[in-house]
Amino acid sequence: MKEFKILAVIMALVGITYYGIEPYAHSVMHPEVAPADFSFKDLKNVDTKLAGNVENGKVLVEANCIACHAIEKAGHPAVMPNADAAASYGVVPPDLSQAGRIYDKNYLANFIFDPVSAMHLQHKYSPESGKAFPMPSYNWMTPQEIMDVVAYLQSIAPKVAEGKDAHKATFEAACGRCHSMKYAGIEAATPVDTIKTYMGATPPDLSQYIKSRGEHYLHSFINDPQLLLKGTSMPRVGLSEKAQEEVIAYMEEIGDSKKAERESLGVWVLLYTFIFAILAYLWKRKIWSEVH
Amino acid sequence: MAEFKKADSMLEWFDQRLGVVNFAKVMMTEYWIPKNINFLWAMGVLLTVLFTFLLVSGIFLLMYYKPDAAMAFDSVNYTIMQEVAYGWLFRHIHAVGASVVFLVIYIHMFTGIYYGSYKKGREMIWISGMLLFVLFSAEGFSGYMLPWGQMSYWAAYVITEIFGGIPVIGDELVVWIRGNFYVADSTLTRFFMLHVLLIPLAILGAIVFHFYSLRFPHVNNEDGEFFDFDEEAEKYLAGNKKESKVVPFWPVFLSKDFFVLGFFMLFFFYLVFFHYSFAMDPINFDKADGLKTPAHIYPEWYFLWSYEVLRGWFFEIAGISGKDLGLMAFGFANIIFVLLPWLDRSPMVKPANQRPYFKYWFWLMMADLMVLTEFGKLPPTGPNAWVGFWASLVFLVLFIALPFITKAEAKKVEGK
Ligand code: HEC
Ligand code: HEC
Ligand code: HEM
Repeated sequence: MKEFKILAVIMALVGITYYGIEPYAHSVMHPEVAPADFSFKDLKNVDTKLAGNVENGKVLVEANCIACHAIEKAGHPAVMPNADAAASYGVVPPDLSQAGRIYDKNYLANFIFDPVSAMHLQHKYSPESGKAFPMPSYNWMTPQEIMDVVAYLQSIAPKVAEGKDAHKATFEAACGRCHSMKYAGIEAATPVDTIKTYMGATPPDLSQYIKSRGEHYLHSFINDPQLLLKGTSMPRVGLSEKAQEEVIAYMEEIGDSKKAERESLGVWVLLYTFIFAILAYLWKRKIWSEVH
Repeated sequence: MAEFKKADSMLEWFDQRLGVVNFAKVMMTEYWIPKNINFLWAMGVLLTVLFTFLLVSGIFLLMYYKPDAAMAFDSVNYTIMQEVAYGWLFRHIHAVGASVVFLVIYIHMFTGIYYGSYKKGREMIWISGMLLFVLFSAEGFSGYMLPWGQMSYWAAYVITEIFGGIPVIGDELVVWIRGNFYVADSTLTRFFMLHVLLIPLAILGAIVFHFYSLRFPHVNNEDGEFFDFDEEAEKYLAGNKKESKVVPFWPVFLSKDFFVLGFFMLFFFYLVFFHYSFAMDPINFDKADGLKTPAHIYPEWYFLWSYEVLRGWFFEIAGISGKDLGLMAFGFANIIFVLLPWLDRSPMVKPANQRPYFKYWFWLMMADLMVLTEFGKLPPTGPNAWVGFWASLVFLVLFIALPFITKAEAKKVEGK
């Protein structure tokens, strides 16, 4: 009985200290932020209830977008090599084959209407800065025309994306123009010097960010970087919840590839240790019965 | 040379040459331990086992680790964690083990303080134990640098910077320790040497010495009772096992330790597989970058209390800068525990709760260390800074007052 009391005292002291230096200290250093918003409610320039016309959308995309963007899926290769595209625009414009699937519909429509406000980069492209975003605003298009473009992009995008290869494709489409992933052999499409000049900061290699930032942080950060890194030049990319989950899953597949092995082995080791503990207890009882 | 007769068994063959039978008696079956002990006396064996875990997992890590500022991070986080079969397991055992070993050291140490196991003949046990504490601290600190992550780099930067406060030689000393003007590749390679060679060797030696120092004064017991070990051992050997106050190290003492070890390992492996981020700080999965200071820099949890003693002094007093005051308090905190046998002036060897004054001192000290640990992690701003200052001051006062408190206690107990 006395030993249980001692154990209880130690557990209380250790528990209080642990609570203070882990959960509590973390909550002080990393305060909670507003929950992720995957419908991008702040963007209201385009009425997304309008039904888009795929045929008309195709015409508009071919007239307006493929001068800069590749759309491999629809047979439009990149107009120039990555290095040249990066030199012209500061960053390589992403291939739009998946755009209709990975971006939230409301975000995509509003991004086409006005990229800077959709990306939450007004602080960087303010009138005083003299900087201009490399992609033009299509605010001259009617809401109907914008929804036609969106409908077309949705029609060519693959419907499902499961497994590691699909996750990789999502990552490359959404983040690959800026970020490398060394442990997966992925190099950012934009050369590192160019992107640094363009962004004003070097986008980090994301190989270990699932570990250093964790899923919880990434969940908020990718949805809106400004919430956690105020004033950062990393744009809000506007992924749908599903696409964002795929990106995070990929970061985990690369950054913590042994997770499944760890968790299944862990159960066996604990089971084995438990058996050892029981046997040790029975042995101890036998031995001590002779001396007590 | 003595005449050798042909051995009848393998045991005899070895016994003739190495005296194994006698050796086993002296070390195991006739090494006497008091019967009146609780599971806190199993901490020494837990520490021995944890150290073995650290040594073995460390050797495996050493096969793939690259001590080079350009390669270290990837050799750990890619090669070991993801390429090598079960490399992640060795790293998790090593990192979690290094953290948990301090938890057990602290329990072991405060058990010694609580039961008064550092005085009346047990001074050398205490000193060798504190030597182990210092060596483990150095081992923990040097090891934390090796993955070359952000916290490796900046904790090393901040801690080595502390030596700059030493008068006259400070600045040169920092450069001498780092091997450069800032924390650099040269710092990494020398800490690598310390971590895998010099300090482990010293630890092995210190463990042997610690065990040896237990031999003559013997281990303490739950009541602090002194008795004649030879007499009790004779009783035991004569078959009066139940009356005897002692038990042999093997198998009786160890059977209890194995039982404690079993349940402790359950806790340990739970941490290794499912709950390791307290020991492997997430920030350290960002590669070291000398141009990018992290928002919060803090050492490993087991250094937090002394770090806070250092940080608590943030303003000038009597013309001495806060930085210098902190440094003095830090120096004091790091040597004061060694002197405990001489600060405690009461001859009583009893559990703290049976000592009229010491019990208040003990629990106050525990509370203060917990406050220091907690505020050592929180950002030192606003009221936090003041809590740190007062907790740091209380720490100093407690130790300065200890001789007087225990002297008064001795008088009171005598007067009864
Ligand atoms: C002048 C070249 C140019 C034209 C024309 C252009 N874009 Fe872009 N687009 C870019 C660049 C450059 C980026 C990358 C900007 C960045 O990441 O900072 C981009 C990014 C995008 C993105 C990614 C948004 C995100 O949140 O990550 C989408 C979607 C997109 N463009 C769609 C279109 C569509 C649809 C059109 C035609 C209506 C179009 N673009 C026309 C240059 C162009
Ligand atoms: C247009 C370029 C660009 C794109 C596209 C982009 N990022 Fe970034 N990202 C950056 C830059 C630049 C930084 C550095 C920001 C800073 O230091 O302020 C950054 C930083 C980050 C960080 C580190 C945040 C921190 O706490 O330090 C993460 C995580 C991240 N990006 C994830 C992503 C993911 C996931 C995607 C794709 C869904 C993505 N990024 C798309 C440019 C980009
Ligand atoms: C890896 C490090 C260490 C190892 C392997 C170790 C091992 C042991 C062992 C096996 C014992 C005997 C059993 C027991 O009473 O628990 C012991 C006793 C003791 N140790 Fe340690 N020890 C270590 C560190 C320390 C430290 C840091 C201190 C604190 C100053 C310390 C102080 C003591 C004391 C005072 C005793 C005697 C306990 C008593 O008599 O009741 N040891 N140690």
